[in-house]
Amino acid sequence: MIYLLLATVLAAALWIRKRPHLVLPWQRVAKGSVGMVSLLLLSLFVLVGLLDTLHYRAALPEKSNGQTVYSAEVLSVFDVLAKGIKSRTEKTYSAPLAAYLYAKESMETSDGKILRDYPRLRYGGAHLVDPQREFLGDVLKRTGIGALEGLLIGVLLIAISNMLFHFFIKFRTVWSSTGREISKDNWISTFTRAMKNKPFKALLITTLLIAMLLGITANLAAVYHVLGTDKVGQDVLYLALKSIRTGLVIGTVTTLVMLPFALLLGIAAGYLRGWVDDVIQYIYTVLSSIPSVLLIAAAVLMMQVYIEMHPEWFETSAARADLRLLFLCLILGVTSWTGLCRLLRGETLKLRELEYIQAAQAFGVSSSRILTRHIVPNVMHIVLIAVVMDFSSLVLAEAVLSYVGVGVDPSTMSFGTLINSARLEMGREPMVWWTLAAAFGFMLVLVLAANLFADAVRDAFDPRLNRT
Amino acid sequence: MIAYLIRRILYAIPILIGVNLLTFSLFFVVNTADDMARMQLGMKRVTPEAIEKWKQQHGYDKPLLFNAHAEGVSKISDTIFFQKSARMFAFDFGSSNDGRNVAREIQTRMMPSLAIALPTFLIGLLIYITFALLMTLFRATALDMLGVSLCVLLMSISGLFYIIGGQFVASKLWHWVPISGYAGGLDSIKFVLLPVLIGVMGSVGASSRWYRTIFLEEIGKDYVRTARAKGLSELRVLFRHVLKNAMIPILTGVVVVIPLLFMGSLLTESFFGIPGLGSYTIDAINAQDFGVVRAMVFLGSMLYIAGLVLTDISYTIVDPRVRLQ
Amino acid sequence: MKFDSSLNQLRPLPGALPESGRGEFILSVDGLVTRLNNGARVVDDISFSLKQGETFALLGESGCGKSMTALSLMRLLPDGIRVASGDIKLGEEDILALPEYAMRKVRGGQMAMIFQEPGLSLNPVMTVGDQIAEVLILHQRLRGKEIHSRCVELLEQVGISDAPRRASEYPFQLSGGMKQRVMIAMAMAGQPKLLIADEPTTALDVTIQAQVLKLLRDTQQETGMALLLITHDLGVVAQMAHQVGVMYAGQIIEQASREQLFARPAHPYTQKLFAALPDAGRSGQPLAAIPGNVPSLGAPLAACRFAPRCDKAWALCHEQVPEWTQLENGQGVRCHLYTSQMGNEKLNLKTSLSPAPSTASGEGAGEEGRGASFLQVENLQVHFPIRKGILQRTVGHVKAVDGVSMNIPEGRTLALVGESGCGKTTVGKALLQLITPTAGSVRFAGQELIGITAGQLRKHRAGMQMIFQDPYASLNPKMRVAEILQEGMDALSIAKNSDERQRRIDELLEQVGLEKASKWRYPHEFSGGQRQRIAIARVLAVNPNLLICDEPTSALDVSVQAQILNLLKSLQQQLRLSYLFISHNLAVVEYLAHEVYVMYLGRIVERGTVEEVLHAPKHPYTQALLSAVPRIDGQGMKTIRLPGETPSPSHPPQGCHFHTRCAQAMAKCREVYPSETIISTTHRVHCYLAAE
Repeated sequence: MIYLLLATVLAAALWIRKRPHLVLPWQRVAKGSVGMVSLLLLSLFVLVGLLDTLHYRAALPEKSNGQTVYSAEVLSVFDVLAKGIKSRTEKTYSAPLAAYLYAKESMETSDGKILRDYPRLRYGGAHLVDPQREFLGDVLKRTGIGALEGLLIGVLLIAISNMLFHFFIKFRTVWSSTGREISKDNWISTFTRAMKNKPFKALLITTLLIAMLLGITANLAAVYHVLGTDKVGQDVLYLALKSIRTGLVIGTVTTLVMLPFALLLGIAAGYLRGWVDDVIQYIYTVLSSIPSVLLIAAAVLMMQVYIEMHPEWFETSAARADLRLLFLCLILGVTSWTGLCRLLRGETLKLRELEYIQAAQAFGVSSSRILTRHIVPNVMHIVLIAVVMDFSSLVLAEAVLSYVGVGVDPSTMSFGTLINSARLEMGREPMVWWTLAAAFGFMLVLVLAANLFADAVRDAFDPRLNRT
Repeated sequence: MIAYLIRRILYAIPILIGVNLLTFSLFFVVNTADDMARMQLGMKRVTPEAIEKWKQQHGYDKPLLFNAHAEGVSKISDTIFFQKSARMFAFDFGSSNDGRNVAREIQTRMMPSLAIALPTFLIGLLIYITFALLMTLFRATALDMLGVSLCVLLMSISGLFYIIGGQFVASKLWHWVPISGYAGGLDSIKFVLLPVLIGVMGSVGASSRWYRTIFLEEIGKDYVRTARAKGLSELRVLFRHVLKNAMIPILTGVVVVIPLLFMGSLLTESFFGIPGLGSYTIDAINAQDFGVVRAMVFLGSMLYIAGLVLTDISYTIVDPRVRLQ
Repeated sequence: MKFDSSLNQLRPLPGALPESGRGEFILSVDGLVTRLNNGARVVDDISFSLKQGETFALLGESGCGKSMTALSLMRLLPDGIRVASGDIKLGEEDILALPEYAMRKVRGGQMAMIFQEPGLSLNPVMTVGDQIAEVLILHQRLRGKEIHSRCVELLEQVGISDAPRRASEYPFQLSGGMKQRVMIAMAMAGQPKLLIADEPTTALDVTIQAQVLKLLRDTQQETGMALLLITHDLGVVAQMAHQVGVMYAGQIIEQASREQLFARPAHPYTQKLFAALPDAGRSGQPLAAIPGNVPSLGAPLAACRFAPRCDKAWALCHEQVPEWTQLENGQGVRCHLYTSQMGNEKLNLKTSLSPAPSTASGEGAGEEGRGASFLQVENLQVHFPIRKGILQRTVGHVKAVDGVSMNIPEGRTLALVGESGCGKTTVGKALLQLITPTAGSVRFAGQELIGITAGQLRKHRAGMQMIFQDPYASLNPKMRVAEILQEGMDALSIAKNSDERQRRIDELLEQVGLEKASKWRYPHEFSGGQRQRIAIARVLAVNPNLLICDEPTSALDVSVQAQILNLLKSLQQQLRLSYLFISHNLAVVEYLAHEVYVMYLGRIVERGTVEEVLHAPKHPYTQALLSAVPRIDGQGMKTIRLPGETPSPSHPPQGCHFHTRCAQAMAKCREVYPSETIISTTHRVHCYLAAE
């Protein structure tokens, strides 16, 4: 299903390229530095989410009578890539970059005495002989190396993409201009020319910064728990990265569920008027008059009962968690289509009075054709703006719902469950703050990027805003 | 105008019926009473007798919509729909699983909810509008840019963060106010202060930005140019002309939520241990007390519809076009 | 030169004549340049001055920078546009040097402004009285009861009856004309020395326009204020202005007194503007349309801006910006014709002022086709229910169209004339069955259209098509030109295969004067005039016999309007099309139509041939309508001013609908609607006066 989605996005992009009026607003998006930087961040998140979505079940080594046996655990490509941090679980809490556990334990020293002290971590900083002395130097060294490596990779990446771009342009000029002089500039001048472009510069700097950050993280994560570990000793960085997928799934699947409702019903109500309009208006007023949290809560409660009544349906607990996630998206979708539907109805009401619609009616063009050829293309910008704007609020909503207890399955890793479990740790003495900080931090970056991108898209597409 | 209001109120009735039917089907058709009983009594190996007993105790042992065994009116009235759903029209919410009267519970819990929600709403409205007016006054300057950026940043932070962070800083670190709890009378102030502050903070970003958009849209209109051509100062234009016209879209979004203030806030109340309706709802959700959740859903939508009617009334106050036609 | 004749016929204006030289200059503008933030010049080096009691008209087409000039004077430019250089002096004060707080005293106090859209320019949630009071408090320092009494006084001065009650009403309770009167009252409240009126009557009907223009003239005479009038309408200029500045692409290209300008326009653009005006004198021949379009903002500055559209341009015009030249008679012009040797020679040749000889004889085609009438409309009615009360019961009907009958023969143009809200557009849409008529009969080529099924209707759709008013709303912005043209062919299965369809599209584009390559482009790449051509090509694609043209040129500039009118006329000759031409513009009607129907409140009050109706009108309404049109030659019958405004079609007056505004109304006019009086075989009228 995810592949289908990706393919649709790609196909849409190709389709848009051929139509100048559709390309125009996207070019406007591309001209803003904020929009491009947030898009870069978003695509990074999406990349992590996608890697995490490519599921498979590892084939177990032994084969019994020729049949491959699959392990019960479902792994994703991301799990494999992050195998290191995933498998290195400690006993319990440890602070970020710590070499010792966060709780005192009774240990037997080499001379047989029982001592209560913070024990060394099994993995975090295990390579150090004397953590107290070597720690700072080691961290600094690794940070430095990581930054350098990141920078190097970043520069390399930019260089490669610049080359590709350069040749692409050259290729195009060769193709389009048969007799004209082919531009003489080499790839360095292509680069310097691009540097004059403000969004490109911003993009470049962000890429380098992210590359450095990733380099540092990768280097440190190899031997430390960069963001500490949680109660059962799992690496928080790993948990936070895994949570991204849940956030993205909720954002996109909900939108997919909501879209057909909103689009079909909104346009039908606006165009057909009469009793259809009355019925649709009635439905969405009823739905929107129930406070959404309560409606979701009620629906999720009902679903829980339903699932628990039929435990036989699910092979694994993971499948149940996934189904629950899907159901949650479904419910969120059903409760959130009303806003967009109302918007689309209003816009369609306006459009149907326009003269080009009447011109089509005068030709006797059928209603379905008028809807698909005239109305739908002219409301798409509203749909796009609404979808992008909704995305961030859905990610935030997931956290709240999970906290309330009507969100995703507790076994699913998500920002909500992460926060929910970490909340109580705030009360511990000494306080365990890193899980919470990690969850909020990642969420902030994701939502902020989505919000900024949404703003850029809205500014570019809203016809009222781009008159000058 | 009277006819307009009466029509709006009449329109609310079918919507309430719709809400009632929807909740009814959600709670009784998707899962039968048997399922619920089994839930409540523990999952495994429940005897049919125990289920029957539970159903009888809680009044779920009747047919859904139509009772063929009863006589006369009670053919309809002696059903789950009538007993559990239709009665809610008369504010009869029945009792919760632990046997307490939901209606009375709601009454006592309303006040603490209101004590938090009302100040949050009023102070918030004042701050958001001031903030938005300031941004509008300095539109297209660095100050405006800064304000908008701040708004986007603030609205990107999860509401949970404000609560957890605020609680931590104000109560645990600085010991200003108690972390949680509630008391009646004047004492309540120290319990109310932090939740209100956090409540206001929580939506300062999104709300200010929304109001700013409304003001900017108004300020681009022709009558504003006329007002300026009269020689009015920018402040007078903003307050006398723009604010007055912007009230119409603002009221659309604001008046609707006033009745919902009674419902309190789910998150704030449960975090701060305030015995209001919000925490009541959360507890009910966690305890899977369907009677209470159902009552809250119905109460919420009733208040929302009351809000819609109130909005229509408020239009007649600010918009002469509605008042005089 | 043909303009010479009209010199003596310009009626003298009541205000001060420029020769009298009364008073000092109230306003002088020198070298004003206003720029967009990206550097494009919206207003480019404009200079003019204005004396007390004088009216200066800035004349120009849309987008030429005339409104921006006005806003520069008021220092009310929108964000992103600013005055870059120049000098503005109001009396002794240097406007551009004033600090903002002092400027506020000037705005509304010494210099007031009224705008084009009275409906949008008043604050909808404040009473009219309060809005006027603001000015009184600010600039006249009135307090307490004085405010209200002065307010009422002002409203009475601008001719609003029942002023005390009106003062406490809101703008939505007033009609368009009354709103503009309120705007004028508000502007006059500060007793300004200068009033800037930005297209004050463009949004109003002709009869109301005449009222408002008269009000402005009277007010000027009483107070002696100077008036800066911004307009695109030569007729308004002829009625109002003492001095005229003609603007083109941000510059004043010609400045002269009204008499000079109308007698001998110097700049080729001004000459073309006059020649592009349609009127009866030219109805046989094509109008002198100016090719091309008004250049967009920020076009290159290195040459004369009109050069690309000018038929007298030569090399110099494309290379150098012409200097401002003062002619001997005081007329100023910005054109190389008057500065260079080459220009002098060209001037003496006096070539192409008169329009090119027409390609086909105009009248002939129409005369023959008089016989067969293939659209017969009888007693067409369109009523919209009015719903009221709690249950939304129907309590009455808006009789938008109330018993209209007409016949359109092949190859002829029938014009339907009336003011806004009279139901003329509704007639057009009801004929096409876009609105379902309530009653009556529409027979098209012998087939009754009312009451047949959608499928049957489709067969007849190709015969009758519509061209809409707004070329920006009538083309789907998301479709290519080719797709737009193809839509009708697909729906009515006109062309058999796609090759044939493509060939037909090329043919159509050529027919309406567009390049073939434009079929791959989108509507937003075209100007208003070109879009209207596309709209015409779209309907031609299905080979119609009858076109319903709903104000097809009212959204276009004069120079472009002429192009479209020429196109419609030549298409009629080539394809023997019939037109139902819906318009409020009598000059256009006179140029294009064979027969005229005059509509008032849903009914036809007078009909006949163009000569009969427009030159010997019998109905008082037609007479008033004709006399209200500002004419550039100042000729015409004595002005009949219609009091009041069109009543609402939901409650038409008892008896003759027009009696409430008719000066000659008699007792029986108030009782029974007059029946049809036959004047000649073609001329009919509904009026008791004509019957006598």
